[in-house]
Amino acid sequence: MKPKSQRLTLLLIAIAAVIGAVLLAMSALRDQAAYFYTPGDLARQGTLPASAVRIGGMVQKGSIRRAADGVTIEFVVTDETPNQLRVRYRGIVPDLFKEGSGVVAEGRFAPGGLFVADEILAKHDENYRPPELVGAKGEHKSESLR
Amino acid sequence: MRRAILWVPLAVFLLLVGLVVWGLSRPDDTTIHSQMIGKPMPGFALQPAVASHPGLSLADLRSGQPHLVNVFASWCIPCRTEAAQLAQLKARGVPIVGIAVRDKSEDVAGFLGQYGDPFERIGSDPRSQVQFDLGSSGVPETFIVDGRGVIRLQHIGEVRPEEVASVYAAWEQAK
Amino acid sequence: MIAEAGLAALWIAAALSLLQLFFGVLALLPGTGRGTAAEGGGGGAGSGAVDPSTALRAVPLPIPGRSVRAVAIAQAVVVGLSFLLLIQLFLRTDLSVELVAANSHSLKPWLYKFAGAWGNHEGSMLLWVTVLALAGAAVALFERSLEERTLLATLAAQAAIGLGFYAFLLFASNPFRRLLQVPVEGNGLNPLLQDPGLAFHPPTLYFGYVGVSIAFSFAVGALVTRNVGPAFARAMRPWVLVAWIFLTLGITAGSYWAYYELGWGGWWFWDPVENASLMPWLATTALLHSATVLATRDSLRAWTVMLAVVAFSMSMVGTFLVRSGILTSVHAFAIDPRRGAFILALLALYIGGALTLFALRVGTVKEGSTFEPVSREGALVLNNLLLTVILGLVLIGTLYPLVTEALGVKVSVGAPYFNLVAGPLALLLVVAMAAGPLMRWRRDRLKAVAGRVALPILITALTLLALVLLAPGLPVFPFLGLMLALGVGAASLAPLWKRNLRRTPLFTYGMVISHLGIAVSLAGMASNAAFTKETLVAARPGESVRVGPYSVRFAGVDPVAGQNWTAVEATLIASRGGGSFTLKPEARAFSAPPTETSEAAIATRLDGQLYTVIGKPDAEGRWQLRLWWKPFVTLIWAGGAMVAIGGFLALLGRVRRERRARFRHEEAYA
Repeated sequence: MKPKSQRLTLLLIAIAAVIGAVLLAMSALRDQAAYFYTPGDLARQGTLPASAVRIGGMVQKGSIRRAADGVTIEFVVTDETPNQLRVRYRGIVPDLFKEGSGVVAEGRFAPGGLFVADEILAKHDENYRPPELVGAKGEHKSESLR
Repeated sequence: MRRAILWVPLAVFLLLVGLVVWGLSRPDDTTIHSQMIGKPMPGFALQPAVASHPGLSLADLRSGQPHLVNVFASWCIPCRTEAAQLAQLKARGVPIVGIAVRDKSEDVAGFLGQYGDPFERIGSDPRSQVQFDLGSSGVPETFIVDGRGVIRLQHIGEVRPEEVASVYAAWEQAK
Repeated sequence: MIAEAGLAALWIAAALSLLQLFFGVLALLPGTGRGTAAEGGGGGAGSGAVDPSTALRAVPLPIPGRSVRAVAIAQAVVVGLSFLLLIQLFLRTDLSVELVAANSHSLKPWLYKFAGAWGNHEGSMLLWVTVLALAGAAVALFERSLEERTLLATLAAQAAIGLGFYAFLLFASNPFRRLLQVPVEGNGLNPLLQDPGLAFHPPTLYFGYVGVSIAFSFAVGALVTRNVGPAFARAMRPWVLVAWIFLTLGITAGSYWAYYELGWGGWWFWDPVENASLMPWLATTALLHSATVLATRDSLRAWTVMLAVVAFSMSMVGTFLVRSGILTSVHAFAIDPRRGAFILALLALYIGGALTLFALRVGTVKEGSTFEPVSREGALVLNNLLLTVILGLVLIGTLYPLVTEALGVKVSVGAPYFNLVAGPLALLLVVAMAAGPLMRWRRDRLKAVAGRVALPILITALTLLALVLLAPGLPVFPFLGLMLALGVGAASLAPLWKRNLRRTPLFTYGMVISHLGIAVSLAGMASNAAFTKETLVAARPGESVRVGPYSVRFAGVDPVAGQNWTAVEATLIASRGGGSFTLKPEARAFSAPPTETSEAAIATRLDGQLYTVIGKPDAEGRWQLRLWWKPFVTLIWAGGAMVAIGGFLALLGRVRRERRARFRHEEAYA
């Protein structure tokens, strides 16, 4: 293969690879990026998302219930609208997770509307706010242990 | 054609930089969008955080005149940088009260000694309970509460010199 | 006084950097004398009288290459002094300096005072320019084989990079600022940051990040002097190796630290800060391989230069992401945009400048030799392509949430995206890595290659069979990973078969060990994903639970206290088959600032790790326990260490060969 045409070939392959990468990324992001919802957002939307999402809001006072196995909890997440979400989480909860405080959880909706959380999320600096909750009802701090 | 292709990486890069600059230059709106505006302050009664100042309760804020409520902590660095601005506001006649979160008495006293003390009252909120009830999730945050205990402004982050005017205006309007 | 001296040193170093750039540019201008013409008395016009009428054309200030090198070394010494002075301020806990007051404390242990110097924004930026200057000085001192003009251009480029960061330090992040009111005590007693891993992780990564700047400068120097060829690649390669070794170590160490510190058994989170260190590594790995092609076969000239630019660009982008606050929130950035905007401007200037130079000059760089698709060059092109694509995917995934946030939508991109896109490509890459070293340069036949990889393929097939029979139902990626790991491991050893092992060059051993390290790491990752067993229970003291092959008895909890914390410590007695041992995970509470952390207790065995965490009690006196049995998980980091060791061997081998060649050359021409 002549040098010039080899260089051109390589160049074209490189461009094709980059374009391919961007397309792959875009299509993967469409499905895999997790959107963030508050109870009000979900009520406005009408249907529950099928993919993995993040939800956030305030943990309703008096709503934390421990299951008999000692490691599963259920609680209710609210915001300034009258809507609520029921969440179930199996694991060790982070320190600042308590009633009346903010929470961000990542997981999926089960049929019937129960949100099954894989992780309860947070940040580790008291001066930061998780980007999702900036601008949401009040500013709720959530704390971390993933 | 090949010549033109060589400039593509630069062009793409400049485009990205342009996007970033555009995205970042949009005005920050966290200070305006608070949902607590217009809501009454929740009921609370806090013990004094330091011996030299009385504690803070909702009754103190329902006295008929508006207050500036500053949520802070001795271990919070941005809180130090707003001390001068709070002093300015106090000099202009704004009554300032504080809520010290997750703090110890001697540390708060030390903080006041070092950075100044604009507070009439300081309540101690050791488990951030009142802070959360206020819808605050970080420190420092500043609220303007009117004479009936209704929240009129929630300012997130430290009060910077250029923001003193707008905070003062909010307090004046709350009268 | 110390702080003022430190600041003065910083200014002087910045001035030296400017001088280095100035001298370097002058030395390159046509008409200026090279080193030999201007011996003795720097400013003279060289040999013979200067005709006044031509004085303007004969540039009156020939700069010897020696001067540029000397300035580079001086710059490193002075900025190093500045950094040492900052460390001294921290060790003495000089609270009149703002940085020390904000980040240190008189009661901090000595070691963490020392490490505290770079555990903050300003200090770490000072470390950045120090390493930058040290790298330039090292090139000035030790680089012998590169053509003089290209070397000077390289040093000038390095100085140009330094100038921007000096400006950033001096105008936007002064580490030596004094406080008007000296506080009684410092603020930096956060016990969470007092961890040896966290303390020494940044310098290791910085030597990597900033070391890659040399490759960038080499590329710029080569483009400016139109010297992109095998000699350039051979000269650049050891420097890239050094930076790459540090990056590999830094990422491996960071991963292990996160694993044992964060308490839930994960070892990589696709966190933007982690990605910021992964992206330069991917680019530098591609650069390393491309430089080898250029050095050996004089091909891929344009690619090698472009990769050098991309690698350092990724370092700078990573710095921007982490330092500007943009990761917290786009709006957080906007609250204090000064720092972020400064770095963004530097980024635009350097990367834009390099890309412009690339577009202008690369066309005039002559073509190298050609090769067939089926050849080692071809495999390395595939390797580079895959690495670059993975890099692009990681970059897009990292930036996407920021872009959408600026548009008002909140989105998070995490492991599901990254594993989905990067996983298959990484597996493909690993296969290329297995076959590549076994291919001939320039042209090879597919059948011949197939013959050479027959044994690895057989091993892969056998592993496949074993997995299907013994461990059915595994998820796809772990399955593929395990299947390939053994075969690829065998293939990475293949270059050593049928060779006289004593006469095999050291750098070949380096390649073998690095590639083997990748296979080992892959095996660890796949094993962890496939075979980890978890037990999550609320247990009463006295109860026993099972996890994997272990039976763990929860003996009880005790309160314990440390220097600045109190904790609940559980006693767990684990046994398997014969003996037993004790693990004591803790849940710690600190008071200043008030936080809780979980200290996992980990027991390492030959075939895996037992990872234990204690949680909260409930009203009935039960305690939450989370236990994992992670088979062969340590292979992940052992593999990473092997990769770095292989790189080190390759470096030694190249440097020794270089020195021997030069010695022989000098002898022959003495």
